[in-house]
Amino acid sequence: MMDFISTLISGLSLGSIYALIALGYTMVYGIAKMLNFAHGDVIMVGAFAVITSVSMLGLPPVVSILISIVCCVVLGVCIERIAYKPLRKSPPLAVLITAIGVSYFLQSLALLIFGSTQHSFPKIINMPAITLGELTIRGNMLITLLITTAIMAGMSIFINKSKTGKAMRAVSEDRDAAELMGISVNRTITITFAIGSALAAVAGLFYGTTYGFIGPYTGSMPGIKAFVAAVFGGIGSMPGAMLGGILLGVIENLSKRYISTELSDAIVFAVLIIVLMVKPTGLLGKKVNEKV
Amino acid sequence: MLKVDDIHVYYGQIHAIKGVSFEVHEGEIVALIGANGAGKSTILKTVSGLLRPRSGSISFLGENIHHTEAYKLVNRGLAHVPEGRRIFLQMTVRENLDMGAFTQKDVSDKDIEDVFRRFPRLKEREKQIAGTLSGGEQQMLAMGRAMMSKPKLLMLDEPSMGLAPILVEQIFDIVREFHAMGTTILLVEQNAGKALAIADRAYVLEQGRITLSGTGQELANSDAVKKAYLGG
Repeated sequence: MMDFISTLISGLSLGSIYALIALGYTMVYGIAKMLNFAHGDVIMVGAFAVITSVSMLGLPPVVSILISIVCCVVLGVCIERIAYKPLRKSPPLAVLITAIGVSYFLQSLALLIFGSTQHSFPKIINMPAITLGELTIRGNMLITLLITTAIMAGMSIFINKSKTGKAMRAVSEDRDAAELMGISVNRTITITFAIGSALAAVAGLFYGTTYGFIGPYTGSMPGIKAFVAAVFGGIGSMPGAMLGGILLGVIENLSKRYISTELSDAIVFAVLIIVLMVKPTGLLGKKVNEKV
Repeated sequence: MLKVDDIHVYYGQIHAIKGVSFEVHEGEIVALIGANGAGKSTILKTVSGLLRPRSGSISFLGENIHHTEAYKLVNRGLAHVPEGRRIFLQMTVRENLDMGAFTQKDVSDKDIEDVFRRFPRLKEREKQIAGTLSGGEQQMLAMGRAMMSKPKLLMLDEPSMGLAPILVEQIFDIVREFHAMGTTILLVEQNAGKALAIADRAYVLEQGRITLSGTGQELANSDAVKKAYLGG
């Protein structure tokens, strides 16, 4: 029983990292109407920013986290401006291929700068494990859970209550109508990329802490998993991305522990296929009801 | 107030607007009437900046706006209630009104109360998701939302479309009220009889060109208009 609970908790912790990444995917999809396949690689860049500033420059952890967030935000906004904005009126396929190109570009750039070896991620979260009777929870998992929960709660409030959040929902629903309200669609898309990339930086931090090593291709697997999580929950839906991410982490960890480590990814994707067969819009995805 | 001078608008290869010129003076109600596909909505979209004219000019309050991005015009006093209402169906009634006031520095509860006083049905449904409203309520929400930006010129695209006759009456009453408050109005309508009845001046649009213009009364009495748009 204790074993099950501790597997569940580490699944929640992993899932909350997926959820952070999935939020970025789903927000960009909802507002810019594109799949940003370079999103996973932003995580890798964020993690390398931490490695560089802590291990190589010797900066304190808090500063390095801020540097990582700033790097990712600047990177995300630049990617949007340079690669995606000129294609705003192009067919979706052109944008999709560009996104894949950006992803390869970032991976190759990291390969050039950091080489192909795995770099160890500095231990910047120092929190002792907590023991509750027979149950031991690792400190970094607890921190991951606490902070991601706080971020997700904050994001929900932001998107539902703030003026910018409402404008983002308006743009997501009807670009022209939003423009007629005086909302700058371009600015809203920039803000979306900035927020998504900041979340990716935080996810990179926790991912690095959880796995301990970062390489140029580290971002692609969590990127794909988070994309799956976003589709699982209903792409475009923020609560869906959170739910999808967390479920994905839990399913992955439970199948690793009780079924097979090798098959865990296959099981995750099989669950996605089954969910999509039953509910093609994802768990919380809304069917778009067009009323004229 | 608004001066459109010889604009040409294309959708890809299709030459939709072929040299249209017209003016709206402060305090007027001006109607653009014409059949489906004549280019009425295209003209409004071009004025509000959603489409760009290939040539010609548009000036609003003395400034050229045909290169200005749509979102910047709202603050200058231009509001456009598009065809099909285009309210935010997944947002609540209140949130839709908040979006209407997006450019306003501070939204007082009084502004919202003003809209609710004019449209009591919206007050009842304040927290409801806009997609659940009836067609008439959605039209009221679209008009209330546009009023939240306190426009000087309000452009209405087919406000009576798809509504029951009693609601059409109500909508036109509201247009008159907005006008009485000092809002200049540019109205696009297929319902030519109703539009000409409230318009100071009107233009008839046929296949991307203006073919007739005059006061509302003149056009309502013109044989050509009677035959083509008023059922004989």
